[in-house]
Amino acid sequence: MSGDSDSEVRLPESLNGVEPVQSVRTPIRLEYDYRPSASAESYLRAYAEKRIIGHRSPVDGAVFIPPRGVDPRHGVAISEEVDLPDTGHVGNFCVTHLPIPGRKGLEVPYVSAWIHLDGAAVGFLGLVRGCPSDEVRIGMRVRAVWRPDDELGTTAENIRHWEPTGEPDVPLEGAGNRSFHASQAGADAGESDA
Amino acid sequence: MREVAVVATALHQVPALTDTTEVQLMVPLINAARDAVGITQADIGFTCSGSSDFLAGQAFSFVQTLDAVGAFPPICESHVEMDGAFALYEAWVKLQIGEVDTALVFSYGKSSPGSLRDVLALQLDPYFLAPLWPPADAVAALQARLLLESGLVGAEELAEIAVRSQRNAVGNPNAVRSSSEVTVADVMAEAPVADPLRPSDLAAESDGGCAVVLAAGDRARELCGRPAWIRGIDHRIDAHALGTRNLTRAPSAELATSVAVAAAGLTIDSLDLAELHSPTTSQEAILVREFGLGGSTEVNPSGGALAANTMMAAGLVRIAEAADRIINGRADRALAHATSGPCLQQNLVCVMAGE
Amino acid sequence: MAKQRTAVLGVGQTKYQSTRGDVSMAGLVREAALRALADAGMEWADIDAVVIGKAPDFFEGVMMPELYLADALGCVGKPILRVHTAGSVGGSTALVATSLIQGGIHRRVLTLGFEKQSESNATWALSLPQPFSVSINAGAGGYFSPIIRQYMAQSGAPDLIGCMVAFKDRQHALRNPYAHLHQHDLTFDQVVEAPMLWDPIRYSETCPSSDGACAMVLGDEASGDAATGPVAWVHGTAMRSEANNFPGRDEVNPQASRDCAADVFRQAGISDPRAEIDVVEMYVPFSWYEPMWLESIGFAERDAGWRMVEEGATHLDGGDLPVNCSGGVLSSNPIGASGMIRFAEAALQVRGMAGDHQVDGARRAFGHAYGGGAQYFAMWVVGAEKP
Repeated sequence: MSGDSDSEVRLPESLNGVEPVQSVRTPIRLEYDYRPSASAESYLRAYAEKRIIGHRSPVDGAVFIPPRGVDPRHGVAISEEVDLPDTGHVGNFCVTHLPIPGRKGLEVPYVSAWIHLDGAAVGFLGLVRGCPSDEVRIGMRVRAVWRPDDELGTTAENIRHWEPTGEPDVPLEGAGNRSFHASQAGADAGESDA
Repeated sequence: MREVAVVATALHQVPALTDTTEVQLMVPLINAARDAVGITQADIGFTCSGSSDFLAGQAFSFVQTLDAVGAFPPICESHVEMDGAFALYEAWVKLQIGEVDTALVFSYGKSSPGSLRDVLALQLDPYFLAPLWPPADAVAALQARLLLESGLVGAEELAEIAVRSQRNAVGNPNAVRSSSEVTVADVMAEAPVADPLRPSDLAAESDGGCAVVLAAGDRARELCGRPAWIRGIDHRIDAHALGTRNLTRAPSAELATSVAVAAAGLTIDSLDLAELHSPTTSQEAILVREFGLGGSTEVNPSGGALAANTMMAAGLVRIAEAADRIINGRADRALAHATSGPCLQQNLVCVMAGE
Repeated sequence: MAKQRTAVLGVGQTKYQSTRGDVSMAGLVREAALRALADAGMEWADIDAVVIGKAPDFFEGVMMPELYLADALGCVGKPILRVHTAGSVGGSTALVATSLIQGGIHRRVLTLGFEKQSESNATWALSLPQPFSVSINAGAGGYFSPIIRQYMAQSGAPDLIGCMVAFKDRQHALRNPYAHLHQHDLTFDQVVEAPMLWDPIRYSETCPSSDGACAMVLGDEASGDAATGPVAWVHGTAMRSEANNFPGRDEVNPQASRDCAADVFRQAGISDPRAEIDVVEMYVPFSWYEPMWLESIGFAERDAGWRMVEEGATHLDGGDLPVNCSGGVLSSNPIGASGMIRFAEAALQVRGMAGDHQVDGARRAFGHAYGGGAQYFAMWVVGAEKP
């Protein structure tokens, strides 16, 4: 083994010639019965109506999606819901050539992107389709492609994916996580003009 | 050793969290603990938490909970996958170094979505014990059976512990099981869950969380009129394999207590109260003997884990319950205990005193 | 009592490989621990406390493995803590162990990180379906590749910088007998032509999955003074965390990383990291993180870290700031241990015990680990002399 004397194992004679166990496979199953929190429930029910809900921070009005009930910068509770449009831009993205475990029917390569909805201060993940993966870029304007009305449920999966709108890109300096600073600067400029 | 005290606590325990996530649970608790002493996260020198992924059913579950703290600008923060009492220990160590004066400690557990008795089977040796999948109450029952058959403790004494816990818990807003009417006869008449343990012998599972602020030296005196000074704190572990140790004893608990009590310059019989993290009556009986607790020390005035057992927080809750009574002037010297692992394998003891 | 000096007295590692089918988890950790004790010239009885760290419990399916491992680590009757801070855990574990000595609580602490990836299903554990949300990412690479894309866009770095890092680290690994990947015949072209996994990260630019354990014996000043072999002295330690998805977050160069580095260099009295640090072990699980962390930590100017790579500045042969001479995370990745390996390798360098991957005359070394959504950071500076 590792060369240290105290690990030498002396077997009883009755085990001479018996093949040692190499591994033990123990299937385990644990069930967790989750209930959505009130904010998650509100978010999911809104999806059934093709509405996307965000949470607006009482500190500076930043809108978070999904709505988790807290502003993580300050550890402050958020309860104010706002409706967000189903349009925005690609803040960043990844072209993946590996399948996701447990998700059949997702062809590789696929594009997952941080979608920055108009009015939201952070991005959230979504799939991007509708153009070749090498045409996807930071700043690309997108809109949601929803499931047909008769297939809507209380789930974020109502949005199948996001597709390019063809509008001009958001410039790099104002895209993704930089969009918040850009919007704050715009707001400040607005104030100084007043 | 640098003087360190508990200066604020916040606690919330319920039978099951339904409308809120763990993060939403912790936001008001963490804020309440800081607000109680008028400080913000920017004033906190070190933050440490305790929690378990297996409870949440999610890997890296503690990452989300950082949102409850307000971690921007960045903070000095760490986490143990253990009861919050051990997170408090890590924070206490950090304060000993002398570079920071305050610490925030928190822990939480939401075991209601899963089956805790089955989840805990996975704490056991993965090659030899876990594949048998013994539920946690059955493992504790092995110990209880040995205890009863040793003649050290009788079944009535266990029932008395159950009754006392439920009666003490009356009026405790953070208890999920309490009763002023239950009697020893009632308990003895219950059908066992895992013989010889009956429902009243087993912890009352709860969801919840706890937040505590620690401060050192004069900073503690600035923040709190009567800090609960940690005069001694120690933790130890025993062997894991259940067959290798005498399950009617808890040597690590005894050792941790003797070290902590000696560090405090106190004796056991000078303690006003002892909050023991005993998930079963049998384990409380063992701990009382290991600690040498006599009639002058009130055991589990809060009701203990038999009144509410928030997995991963129950030990920190014992510290908070004991500290509160000192801060509020209802006690002068208290012992708080936390345990982890099957049959009291690992034990932490914290001895606190008012000035 | 003032902050106590801390010394690294011994280091022990297991040979990192896909599968250690000959040992259980207990056997694996014990192997590393025994080597660290032997290096320190100590026995189990000399250890006052153990601090262990590993990645999520769901990986191996063992809840709170310190309970099961107490026996194997000579811990009966002693204190044991289990740290868990995501990918940075190996580093933060070492820091918690260090604080036990700095605070005068214990004199000698055994600290250890491990992962038995062959007995775990990390991909499954990382993909546990989360209630009420849609899972889109396949693995950590899916999370980090957009951040790398951002860095490439803003810095204007040439496309093959990542491949240069990957090739360098695998070359370095050939000089580390413990490293997992020993790709003797690897060429740069093979790195470039490897299949793309998460654009722009190729298969050749990602870390392997390894079984392994890394242990250190830490001691107080008296223990360091009494040591017969060379010791490393801790000159600075720092930990920082930040939230991982908030408005305006700089994900390429997180503030927590900058703050952590500034703190550790301040403690170590270092004002010019590139000049004053002789060798770096940093946590680079995807190649492009080398230039990104070089900038964030302060070894390179913003948007210029890639130039150091291109110039060969981070190469063991001829570089003025060799990075990951051990082969790094790109060559060995037992997740729970990887952070500690960085810290341990830094210590080995200033003790002059890094064998074929030793940087000549290394006197001060930097160890680094990160985790979560690039939000947890643990760093230390160690030196051949007392601070």
